[in-house]
Amino acid sequence: MKPSRFWAWLTFALGAAYFFIPLIATFEFSLRMRRGEYSFDAYRVVFGDVRFQETFAYSTIIACFTIVIGVLLVVPTAYWIRLRMPQIRPVVEFITLLPLIIPAIVIVFGYIRMYGSNSPLPFLATTRGTDVLLMIGYATLALPYMYRAVDTGLRTIDVRTLTEAAQVHGAGWTTIIVRIILPNVLIAVLSGAFLTFAIVIGEFTMASLLNRPAFGPYLQNIGANRAYEPAALAVISFAITWGCMSVIQVLARFAPKSANNPN
Amino acid sequence: MSETFLSIQGVRKAFGQTTVVKDFNLEVARGEFVSFLGPSGCGKTTMLRMVAGFEEPTAGRIMIGGKDVTNLKPNQRNIGMVFQAYALFPNLTVSQNIGFGLKVAGASKAEITDRVKEMLSIIKLEGFGDRYPYQLSGGQQQRVALARALAPKPKILLLDEPLSALDAKVRISLREEIRAIQKKLDITTIFVTHDQEEALSMSDRIVVMYDGKAEQVGTPFEIYNRPSTKFVANFVGTLNVLDGTVVDPATATVRINDRDISLKKGQLNGAKAGDVLSLALRPEAIVLGKQDGRDTNLGGQISDVSFLGSVIRVRVGLGKNAVSLDTFNSPASPPPVVGERTEISFSSDDLLVLH
Repeated sequence: MKPSRFWAWLTFALGAAYFFIPLIATFEFSLRMRRGEYSFDAYRVVFGDVRFQETFAYSTIIACFTIVIGVLLVVPTAYWIRLRMPQIRPVVEFITLLPLIIPAIVIVFGYIRMYGSNSPLPFLATTRGTDVLLMIGYATLALPYMYRAVDTGLRTIDVRTLTEAAQVHGAGWTTIIVRIILPNVLIAVLSGAFLTFAIVIGEFTMASLLNRPAFGPYLQNIGANRAYEPAALAVISFAITWGCMSVIQVLARFAPKSANNPN
Repeated sequence: MSETFLSIQGVRKAFGQTTVVKDFNLEVARGEFVSFLGPSGCGKTTMLRMVAGFEEPTAGRIMIGGKDVTNLKPNQRNIGMVFQAYALFPNLTVSQNIGFGLKVAGASKAEITDRVKEMLSIIKLEGFGDRYPYQLSGGQQQRVALARALAPKPKILLLDEPLSALDAKVRISLREEIRAIQKKLDITTIFVTHDQEEALSMSDRIVVMYDGKAEQVGTPFEIYNRPSTKFVANFVGTLNVLDGTVVDPATATVRINDRDISLKKGQLNGAKAGDVLSLALRPEAIVLGKQDGRDTNLGGQISDVSFLGSVIRVRVGLGKNAVSLDTFNSPASPPPVVGERTEISFSSDDLLVLH
């Protein structure tokens, strides 16, 4: 083996060990619920827990709506900036990065002050309103990932020429976005969507402070009071995330191919 | 010229302080093929984009079929356009690309299927309907782009340097194909190019553009043989420019290398005795040695010989002037030799005074 290859493999092995050993240890611990033998009891308890089902279902629904809000907000914005206002791109990029800098707790306290029952927009006055506010909050948290994913997708196509080609053949803006732009950045949108899904499923701060029955607070609650179930939930969360990433990879195979870059 | 179909009247376009198209006027007849020819940055693409509706003129108006379209959006003009970068929709098949305009216009499925079939036959790509753009070569993609532009039966076809991304061989065959289709469908066409050979070979008329203005509008024959400005003469074809001093304005006599030559009357355009004029001569108007029917001979020395296959390009120094000329390659006779003394001859009628 060449020395350069040896070091490459060693680095890879160390990195893999750093990542996999805690995961394997967590998985191994999650199987120890039954004294003296390995079992999936912890998983059985978790999946059988009504609160798990309810919170997971709630977070999944919220995640789906968050994705819709994100797509409706980000795709036309990123498209328009690429097409007509490239000069303000740095400003928009900075704005989309803000959720990474400003802690979620600051955002949610801002929401509570701004959208309380006495405000002109009393989102927090009703349960449904709070759900909507939570979705908007999640869309904000996912903005850095969604915007970058869509912007990267738009970079792979000639937005301006495709737009002009569609326009000159009679298409209006809705047709252009729905029939030409969106299908060509679908994989990028899906990448952003699955990242959004992963963020929403695990998010604790906003759901907890807005007092909504989401999966994040449930995870925290179980982690604080049980021994083996949190380990099982951690493995389940990993499986969900990896599942999402696998779906992105599979869908990427069906992406419309550019004529200049068929692979 | 028959009935005007496209009329561009006093169009000007400025981006901030920079004016890229200046007082552009053009009348195009129905079914005519007109090329905008010029170097990069001369305003030809901007002018085309204004016809398409992608840019709004700062002044002037554009009429299509007698209707003022200056303020109409691109999707309201019923124009077909082919782009340099093909611009096929990657997510749609060839058939879907061709049928796109018809679908947007709300045509029935049967109508779209029939028209797509017809267009595939015109561009000779039957059997390619289910392929995606990435599965086609550059030439095939551009033919699909042409079919897509023509499928909705547009009033005008705009071609924005459609051949420049293709290799030389495909370019030549495709330009013949485009011209044949354009003639067959009798569609009014504006073609933008910086390639003089394309413009000369395809067009009914050429608009040579420079610095935002139409320098000359004419048939390919007129543009090549009777350039009206120094820029047109230099830009279209290869040109020899000789300095000649006016000897007698009354008889239009000029002196080149101590040889007095009489030009056609009126060519001096008011020049006075002693003025130095630029006289242009195409390489094909000059022959090596003396030849009957050519009234002017000049002595010189061969300074360079380039073998180009079927022709040999010879450069001859004439004192402070120099000219290039082409001779046919003949296996039976040896090529000219650098340093050899020689004579060139040409007809004084072929001399053009550049203004």
